[in-house]
Amino acid sequence: MMLAAGLAMLPCTLAQTPQTPAGTATTGPATTATTTATATIPSPAAAADTALSGLLAQFPDASYADKRALIRQLTALHDPRVHAVLEALLDGNLYVRSSDGRVLIAKPQNDATPQGPGEENSSQLRTVDPQSGAPAGTAAADDLAPIGVNNQLRKELRIALAQYDLSSPDPAVRLDAVKEMLRALDAEGAAMLRERLKLESDAGVKREIRDGLALADLDAAEAATRLAAVHALSGSLNPDVYNRLSAMVLPSSDGSFGESDPNVRAAAQSDLRSIERSRTFYAAIQTIIYGLSQGSVLVLAAIGLAITFGVMGVINMAHGELMMLGAYTTYVVQLLMPQHIGASILVAIPVAFLVSGLAGIAIERGIVRHLYGRPLETLLATFGVSLILQQAVRDLFSANNRPVETPAWLAGSLQINEVLAITYNRLYIIVFTFALFLVLLAVLKRTRLGLEVRAVSQNRAMAKAMGVRTEWVDALTFGLGSGIAGIAGVALSQLTNVGPNLGQSYIVDSFMVVVFGGVGNLWGTEVGGNALGIVNKLLEPYSGAVLAKILVLVFLILFIQRRPRGLFPQKGRAADA
Amino acid sequence: MSAALRADRGGRLLLGTLIAACVIVPLLNLLPSPASALHLSNYTVTLIGKYMTYAILAIAVDLIWGYCGILSLGHGAFFALGGYAMGMYLMRQIGTRGVYGNPILPDFMVFLNWKELPWFWQGFNAFPYALLMIVLVPGTLALVFGFLAFRSRVSGVYLSIITQALTYALMLAFFRNDMGFGGNNGFTDFKDILGFSLQAPATRITLFCVTALTLGGSYILCRSIITSRAGRVIQAIRDAENRARFIGYRVESYKLWLFVLSAVLAGIAGALYVPQVGIINPSEFSPTNSIEIVIWVAIGGRGTLYGAVVGAFLVNYAKTYFTDALPSMWLYALGALFVIVPLFLPRGVVGAIKART
Repeated sequence: MMLAAGLAMLPCTLAQTPQTPAGTATTGPATTATTTATATIPSPAAAADTALSGLLAQFPDASYADKRALIRQLTALHDPRVHAVLEALLDGNLYVRSSDGRVLIAKPQNDATPQGPGEENSSQLRTVDPQSGAPAGTAAADDLAPIGVNNQLRKELRIALAQYDLSSPDPAVRLDAVKEMLRALDAEGAAMLRERLKLESDAGVKREIRDGLALADLDAAEAATRLAAVHALSGSLNPDVYNRLSAMVLPSSDGSFGESDPNVRAAAQSDLRSIERSRTFYAAIQTIIYGLSQGSVLVLAAIGLAITFGVMGVINMAHGELMMLGAYTTYVVQLLMPQHIGASILVAIPVAFLVSGLAGIAIERGIVRHLYGRPLETLLATFGVSLILQQAVRDLFSANNRPVETPAWLAGSLQINEVLAITYNRLYIIVFTFALFLVLLAVLKRTRLGLEVRAVSQNRAMAKAMGVRTEWVDALTFGLGSGIAGIAGVALSQLTNVGPNLGQSYIVDSFMVVVFGGVGNLWGTEVGGNALGIVNKLLEPYSGAVLAKILVLVFLILFIQRRPRGLFPQKGRAADA
Repeated sequence: MSAALRADRGGRLLLGTLIAACVIVPLLNLLPSPASALHLSNYTVTLIGKYMTYAILAIAVDLIWGYCGILSLGHGAFFALGGYAMGMYLMRQIGTRGVYGNPILPDFMVFLNWKELPWFWQGFNAFPYALLMIVLVPGTLALVFGFLAFRSRVSGVYLSIITQALTYALMLAFFRNDMGFGGNNGFTDFKDILGFSLQAPATRITLFCVTALTLGGSYILCRSIITSRAGRVIQAIRDAENRARFIGYRVESYKLWLFVLSAVLAGIAGALYVPQVGIINPSEFSPTNSIEIVIWVAIGGRGTLYGAVVGAFLVNYAKTYFTDALPSMWLYALGALFVIVPLFLPRGVVGAIKART
């Protein structure tokens, strides 16, 4: 402690001793308490204060070279308050008040903090005392002189800040700091990172440091160091590593290689091969997940149809518009609860189920039930309904797409490693679709309604004779299928534009999925939809998105020729199914 | 032919009207001064001509749906293919009068930096070749598609859905610029046909009369098919496909040839449509268009052929009127038609009139 106090008196010497932890920053008055005992030995907090204020006081008259030394000393204080000072210096927010020569952090007034009366003047800057962190009143802009920095100092500052962040408790901050330091790595920085590597607990940060150090070692003069670095890099998926290694093994125009030593080159070559292997592997996983998510969208669109078309045999061309209703319901729910966008989606799911379900029941009661047994007429009549619904939405909400916000918990992506990242909305849609599918399966297989639905679809007359209210079952089944379409609409509102044409773009696809999977078979729809999604994604890199879609359609058309009843046909003995 | 028409009052009325139109419309268009009340504007002539191409298309759909129970939701594709074949001929006729003045390549190819004409464009500068393609392209597609579909006994709703997928796939394909069919914009800015300017009144009248004659010819052709022995088999297939098969008729062949003929008629209708309307683009392939054709037939009365013509005229006149007078009402009206006709007019307008008398 003596040493610390002594050094604080002589601010120009390097202060190497680690200081006491952060809490001391607030205990400014402690100085007065301790002076009674021994005036010559101040408390640690007071020592840190003096050290900091001593260094700060030198800034106004320092040359750039002096400032450089000062920054190093500030950093060496390991005082948490220094971070704010360095940041302010980097951003040009560190000023000297000309009236008393105090160094202050100042910010323009126009930030979010509410202003008191009399502070409206924009040339007034609100200042903060860097030592206590407390506001030091406002000051006129011409009363403050900024402390200048040049580019060299900025670099110095950035590295210094990165060193600070390196000991942050938050791994994300540490990772950023490591990346910042690696950008301009010198021997000192490398040593610091090596130190950190011993302490580091987070795997991601560790890997970043190790890769970075090894990359730096590739520039070493000794082939052995380079070889060790190449070995250390094997299995790394960092794109920088890949680029660097490729540059080493590529022959340049005069026949020489980026790397002169053949052993190192061979090691790099084998690294590259293993990197390429794992890249291909992860790319395949990514394609499959993307395919599954696209397939899930198809399944979502088709699964309601699998009930109305597959189980009841009713062709509902307005199915897409029922999805559109669900998407617009999401929009309206968000308008009604603008403060809770995150929850709005969860609220919209049951609401959309009800809206579309009721619309579906209305269609069934009003139109479809008069046309049972005449599938082609049903097709036309429900197409008419779809036109009316589209136009109604156009008149109510305008023909333009409506903005539906994505809640924060759906945004962003899950970074599995450097080459594999999956956006959350893709993951959620896969999970959500599968959950919906299971619920639907349970409803059809485990509930009274499901039993009656299956009975009616298999033998209407017999079911009626056994006391099943077939009319009632028809309406509820149609309502269930339509309600599911509404839920699909909620999910689609997060993936595509919500406009009057939303439904139309899915109708052909969803019919194809149902027919492909096998009519009357929910499993068929699930498997069929996902298979089509994956096939589509597999084709896309070779043919482009549109051509992939065309190829899938052509494939489906041909597939139906081979198996007119789909992947999983229902078994029956009737000649005229 | 006369035997086919003997018991067909509606058909005779239709043919009579067509012949009268071929005489009256040119007279009213060319003779009276434009200020006169009797004058028929060029716009009206073209409009009626367009309706007549739709009527041919409707007859094609009625032939397979009304008489054989094949509900195609993709007939717009054959219509558009015929139209594109004609469009390619017309594009080649533009020659150096295009924006870029390239004697061989149409404008959009110059724009896309194409260096030479793709192989499938070769020959389209000759009118007979274009005519051949107008028949061959839709016909071949229908032959291959129908062969596959009917052989594996895809029928009813399933067939409807895959025809819809067919036209949807074609729409996506034609929207692509790399296809070499002008992508999004399709073909337009045609100048002349067989050396006659498309803007000239005489050309328009000629096209009108050709369309009217084709419509009449199509009607007579379809009518004579369905009154023939084969036509009775076809109707038997519609009513009880399996029974017809078990009796020993080759159901697949009947369906296939009828389907191909229908597709060819649709292609010819498209080829007549393009020079009159002056544009063809991929939206003609959209599944909605194909479904609309079906509603023409349903409204007119399926299974009568002339009912299809009546339906095509009624619905399209209503469309022209509504989109002009009450644009937002058109889709409500069309939607309501789709709902009301199956529920209350299962035999269409013609059927309702027949039931009265």
